[in-house]
Amino acid sequence: MGTLSKIILSSIGKKSIMAVSGIMLGLFLLVHALGNCTTFFGREAFNSYASHLHSLGCLILFFEVGLVVIFLTHIVLGCMTWWQNKRARPHSYEVYRSSGGRTMGSKTMPYTGIIILFFLFVHLQNFHFTDHSREISAIVKGVLIQPFYAIFYSIAMLALALHISHGFWSMLQSLGINHPKYNSIMQRGTLSLCVVMVAVFVLIPALTLLWPGFLL
Amino acid sequence: MSNDKIGLTLKIWRQPCSHSKGKFETFHVNNISSDMSFLEMLDVLNEHLTLGGKQPVAFDHDCREGICGMCGAVVNGQAHGPEKGTTLCQLHMRHFRNGDTLVIEPFRARAFKVERDLVVNRSPLDKIIQAGGYVSVNTGGAPDGNGVPVAQDTAEQAMDAAACIGCGACVAACPNGSAMLFVGAKVSQLVLLPQGYPERAGRALNMVAEMDELGFGNCGNERECEAVCPKSISIRNIARLNREFFKAALFG
Ligand code: HEM
Ligand code: FES
Repeated sequence: MGTLSKIILSSIGKKSIMAVSGIMLGLFLLVHALGNCTTFFGREAFNSYASHLHSLGCLILFFEVGLVVIFLTHIVLGCMTWWQNKRARPHSYEVYRSSGGRTMGSKTMPYTGIIILFFLFVHLQNFHFTDHSREISAIVKGVLIQPFYAIFYSIAMLALALHISHGFWSMLQSLGINHPKYNSIMQRGTLSLCVVMVAVFVLIPALTLLWPGFLL
Repeated sequence: MSNDKIGLTLKIWRQPCSHSKGKFETFHVNNISSDMSFLEMLDVLNEHLTLGGKQPVAFDHDCREGICGMCGAVVNGQAHGPEKGTTLCQLHMRHFRNGDTLVIEPFRARAFKVERDLVVNRSPLDKIIQAGGYVSVNTGGAPDGNGVPVAQDTAEQAMDAAACIGCGACVAACPNGSAMLFVGAKVSQLVLLPQGYPERAGRALNMVAEMDELGFGNCGNERECEAVCPKSISIRNIARLNREFFKAALFG
């Protein structure tokens, strides 16, 4: 193996690339959440936001391809570390007890990751690979008014919340950012960002299901 | 409370040698003084076993005062037992109650082979140290006392990292079997001081490469290591190791 690939595939190398891809996915989520906020201003705001986005043409394609690459990188490295970490302790403990370091989020990273991936397929099927002759607000409403989908979307967003509740802080640590002066603000800041973003994503299926006037 | 006596049920991992299959064996001990340390409690058990013509339970120990890093086992799922910032030899029986059942297992990781019962081979940690290489020390006349200034705060951080006794509890407690807290502490104690500074790039790269090679897992920032560390070493040292690794990989 060459020097570069050795460094990339080392434990710290993999985690830093997961962290960088995690930041990019986080930025994507942030933009996505901001865009989705237009639904709260009514059907017209949302439709015009969507059509503006689509009018970007080539740029959209560039971002789509970029996102696929980032997701694949994140997922492949995530699976590698998961597999290696399982192998690092072939004989598990008869009794295991956390000493207080782990959180719900950190414990479940691979599982919440898989739920997000599965959600992604359903999500793209629902809104991307669909008949786009209707306006986007009607498409969204058509899907999320079905209780099954509204609940499925909400559950998937809770999995996302768990994932990034650990992930956003973890990527700072993976990138070597840890200082007693800033640790408390970093922890609270990343958690707040996670809560606000997921709240937006959960509000949309919840409002569609519970409030007939939403996106009308 | 000082002369309380307690009785315990012990479920202890027994394994005759590294390539035999092990299993749990249950023992009962009575009249354990709450002033005893955990290892003294095991001594009592072993005396009974020996008198009864049975093999005593093998466990590692040396100083019995929390400074050598030889002792260690997982007690009820926690490395070095339930007390924070304490080695197994400094864990006292007053932290347990009469009638408790304690499950006692060796530190488990692919890199740590069980040699016998609770004794594991932690020489992979020594191999990581070896991979770290040397530090340059100038010979010649004695240097001036304060000729090389080191800020008090930096010296404190180096000292905090150097408190690592290499017991391996961080590996044992890590859900991913990672040795990052150990390596982080060793890299930090040297990189913060003038003696270790010049060789820092090679040291970070080689120690991490050796750690991966030996089959330790990848750090997931679960923070279990700092929670069980008998010397309460902070994961700030892991962040410093990450930075050292990036600097070395990119510019070293
Ligand atoms: C929008 C979606 C996602 C975001 C924002 C995200 C974000 C993150 C972040 C920030 C980390 C921490 C990286 C580090 O500590 O260095 C992380 C870790 C992880 N992610 Fe994701 N992720 C997403 C999707 C996924 C998916 C789809 C999967 C897998 C199918 C996945 C699997 C993992 C795993 C297994 C880890 C833990 C790695 C470890 O600690 O060793 N993630 N994620
Ligand atoms: S025997 Fe030395 S630290 Fe416990």
